Amino acid sequence: MCLTLGVDFGAYWATTLLKVMVVLGLIPAGAIILGYVFLLKMMSHMQSRLGPMEAGPHGSLQLVADGLKFIQKEDIFPERSDRFVFAAAPIVVLLSTFLLYIVIPAGPRLIIEDLDTGIFFALAVSSLSVLGILMAGWASANKYSLIGALRAAGQLIAYELPLVLAVVGVVIQAGTMSLQGIVMAQADGEIFGVGIIGNPFLLTQFIGFALFLVAAQAELTQAPFDMPVAESELVAGYMTEYTGFRFLFFFMGEFGTAFAFSAIGATLFLGGWYVPGVHGTLADVLGPLVLGAKIMLVAFFIFWFRFSYPRLREDQLQAFAWKFLIPLSLLNIAVTGVLKVAF
Amino acid sequence: MTVTTDWQKSAYIAGQAADARVNVELETEGMTLNLGPQHPATHGTLRIVVRLDGEQVVWAEPICGYMHRGYEKLCEVRTYPQVTTLINRIDWLGHFANEVPFILAAERLMGIEAPPRAQWIRTLFFEMARIANVSLFLGDMGIQLGAITPVFYAFRDREYVLNLMEAATGGRFHPNFDRLGGLKDDLPRGWVDECHGVMARVVSFCQEMEDLLMGNRIFQTRTRGIGVIPAAVGLEYGLSGANIRASGVDWDLRRDEDSPLAWKHCDWKVWTHPDGDSYARYWVRLQETRESARIITQLLDGLPSGSIQAKVPRIIKVPPGEAWCHTENPLGEMGYYVVSQGGRGPFRVKIRSASFNNISIVPWLLRGVYVPDVITILASLYFILGDIDR
Amino acid sequence: MPPIPGLLKGLGVTFRTMLKPAVTVQYPHVKEAPPTRARGVIALKEENCTVCMLCARECPDWCIYIEGYKDKAPPRREGGKPRTVQKLDRFDIDYSLCMYCGICVEVCPFDALFWSPEFEYSEVKIADLLHDKSKLGEWMETVPEPPALERGAEAKKGAKK
Repeated sequence: MCLTLGVDFGAYWATTLLKVMVVLGLIPAGAIILGYVFLLKMMSHMQSRLGPMEAGPHGSLQLVADGLKFIQKEDIFPERSDRFVFAAAPIVVLLSTFLLYIVIPAGPRLIIEDLDTGIFFALAVSSLSVLGILMAGWASANKYSLIGALRAAGQLIAYELPLVLAVVGVVIQAGTMSLQGIVMAQADGEIFGVGIIGNPFLLTQFIGFALFLVAAQAELTQAPFDMPVAESELVAGYMTEYTGFRFLFFFMGEFGTAFAFSAIGATLFLGGWYVPGVHGTLADVLGPLVLGAKIMLVAFFIFWFRFSYPRLREDQLQAFAWKFLIPLSLLNIAVTGVLKVAF
Repeated sequence: MTVTTDWQKSAYIAGQAADARVNVELETEGMTLNLGPQHPATHGTLRIVVRLDGEQVVWAEPICGYMHRGYEKLCEVRTYPQVTTLINRIDWLGHFANEVPFILAAERLMGIEAPPRAQWIRTLFFEMARIANVSLFLGDMGIQLGAITPVFYAFRDREYVLNLMEAATGGRFHPNFDRLGGLKDDLPRGWVDECHGVMARVVSFCQEMEDLLMGNRIFQTRTRGIGVIPAAVGLEYGLSGANIRASGVDWDLRRDEDSPLAWKHCDWKVWTHPDGDSYARYWVRLQETRESARIITQLLDGLPSGSIQAKVPRIIKVPPGEAWCHTENPLGEMGYYVVSQGGRGPFRVKIRSASFNNISIVPWLLRGVYVPDVITILASLYFILGDIDR
Repeated sequence: MPPIPGLLKGLGVTFRTMLKPAVTVQYPHVKEAPPTRARGVIALKEENCTVCMLCARECPDWCIYIEGYKDKAPPRREGGKPRTVQKLDRFDIDYSLCMYCGICVEVCPFDALFWSPEFEYSEVKIADLLHDKSKLGEWMETVPEPPALERGAEAKKGAKK
């Protein structure tokens, strides 16, 4: 990446350090932006209220203040907990979020690492968070946390499948698993011979998009699939025993993953950083902004469902995944495959 | 350690006992779960102990009394106006409705009747208490099931009703407005028109709840068929109010009891539902809220003019006797059995509150139910702790 | 009932609410005026009080503390003997106990107690919630006129709040 930009930073380690810094900065930035716009403001206006208004203009610094508050809290370990696993669990969750950002393109040359198996890598890495959740539930030495973690694991594993199968339709249509390649396929594609706006896969893969949104909702444990977290009906789920900055890691992991999944959804179905008529260096500058706008759109849908729907019971959501979503996604793949060969 | 002190010995034994408890509790069979008394799902300090087998409830028992304030004892040592002030606080959401049966019982003992305008305005406030109480339920059921938005709409539209109460009585939550022989004061100017506007809002709020929650497939999956109460069982346990009407029993004290209040002057309907599950209880309460708005609109249009208070002596002394009076409160049937021995205050008051009988069905109802459904059922029965414990 | 239209209607409700302005009143930057009859604080008109102790007796919480003394007032007519009147030494209302029920205001036969909709008098120390005679007299400035009654109401003779 740096050589094509014409600047020689020198050693391999310098470029790697730069990439790490970018991602480490992106995670809290993405989490704060999503958290502020959707959780604080959009949710408030949907509920006929204003949300935080005191910290910063219109409450924009509220999450920063919350972050500082969490950092200065006491670091508590439950007495019987497995200390190493307890401390490692939020880091595992955050790690899976971190690895997701590596393959997301923000411009024709703005990608941390353009892997050939881009989307496959992203989905594989996002499943690491299940490990982190199980570790958190076990290490808390709290039977209710354990139940919450087991439910979360069951849910996340069940909804991995529709997520993956929904993406397969896009991969068939694009012909490549690399995310940059998928964006290019949408940019260069044509709709019935008209090539002005390219060919966003939303038009042909609308079922895939709907499946992706639903499965992403479940992967993020947002309502209507938030049974693991809304154990606060009974107790508080796998995150019960976490305080201070460890809880902050979970929170950043959740919103960072939401940001990343929205970015992946925007890339797969809405065309990513591509906007018609913009190429070259201008695309490198405008690309992140365009991607940001598309991320906001996808995240809007995710959070809109979260605030409007009650939650499904555990067995109901398993039935929904296995008996409805997976057959639908298999049907989607079959139809896409047939149409791809035919046209 | 070489020498163990007594303290160290007892600490060791306590540690072993704690370990033993944890080991027992880690068995999934017969795991005991303690809901409350501090809990977001119970409306106040109610403790429900359930024994689980995996995910299913095997045995449940509600333990109430954490909020017992000794109302019946308090009533023995207070005068009638003071008792009226206190009983506002039994069911704190349906404020005015708590005062009415007590005042009616005392008026029956005294042999006086309030003038028609007072009776109509009493009915008006009674129905407004019903709207204030039940609209909270409509939103609250949503949040117990995970929908975080409807409860804000409920609080927002309830504010208008509470503002009306404040404009007329001076208190949002505790109007303290009923007096022996009538009401404390008349309505301020412009109140009737404002009330019409608020009732239109209440009806549109009910429509919003219907669109947002009742029409929602997820809500229906979570509530249909959950917590079915057959009519016979409900009657045996003494259920009342919307809980029993949702099981198909057509019984409403506003229509079936001959009370001096003004319900017989209005054209209204009693809503029942044959299913008896949680969805039916929600449905019945939604229809009742709309019906209350209709009743209020009719009452406003037909309000008779006249005085607001009958002639009563300044120092109220109720002649000796006993009287029982019950009304259809928002939570169910509430009744007062007032025993007077001629003093300035009642000799003994027995308060029959609706929620106490409503939760008596909980042990029967929660058997064989999944843990998330426990929350759904408790939310749909809708009890207020002040009403249970008094 | 088919599932999808119901689900979409719910989304429509939240979306429409998002577009309408929020109903929040940002207290303390913006303050809403409470209604005229709102029971905020009790004010004392000292010259009307005859220390009859009815309010202290009727209060359910016994939060009114009254002490009085006898004084001589000038006779009504020339040549008569001086009258004995009761005057207030101490009249405290303890707002940490007060239930805001209004029984004291109602039973006062001499119109010495009034309701005022003022509510912003919270204190840091709970002892400061005991309002003495002078403070209760200050609240008299905030007592509004009683609102006009609705049509159809009978005007009370010698109306009291």
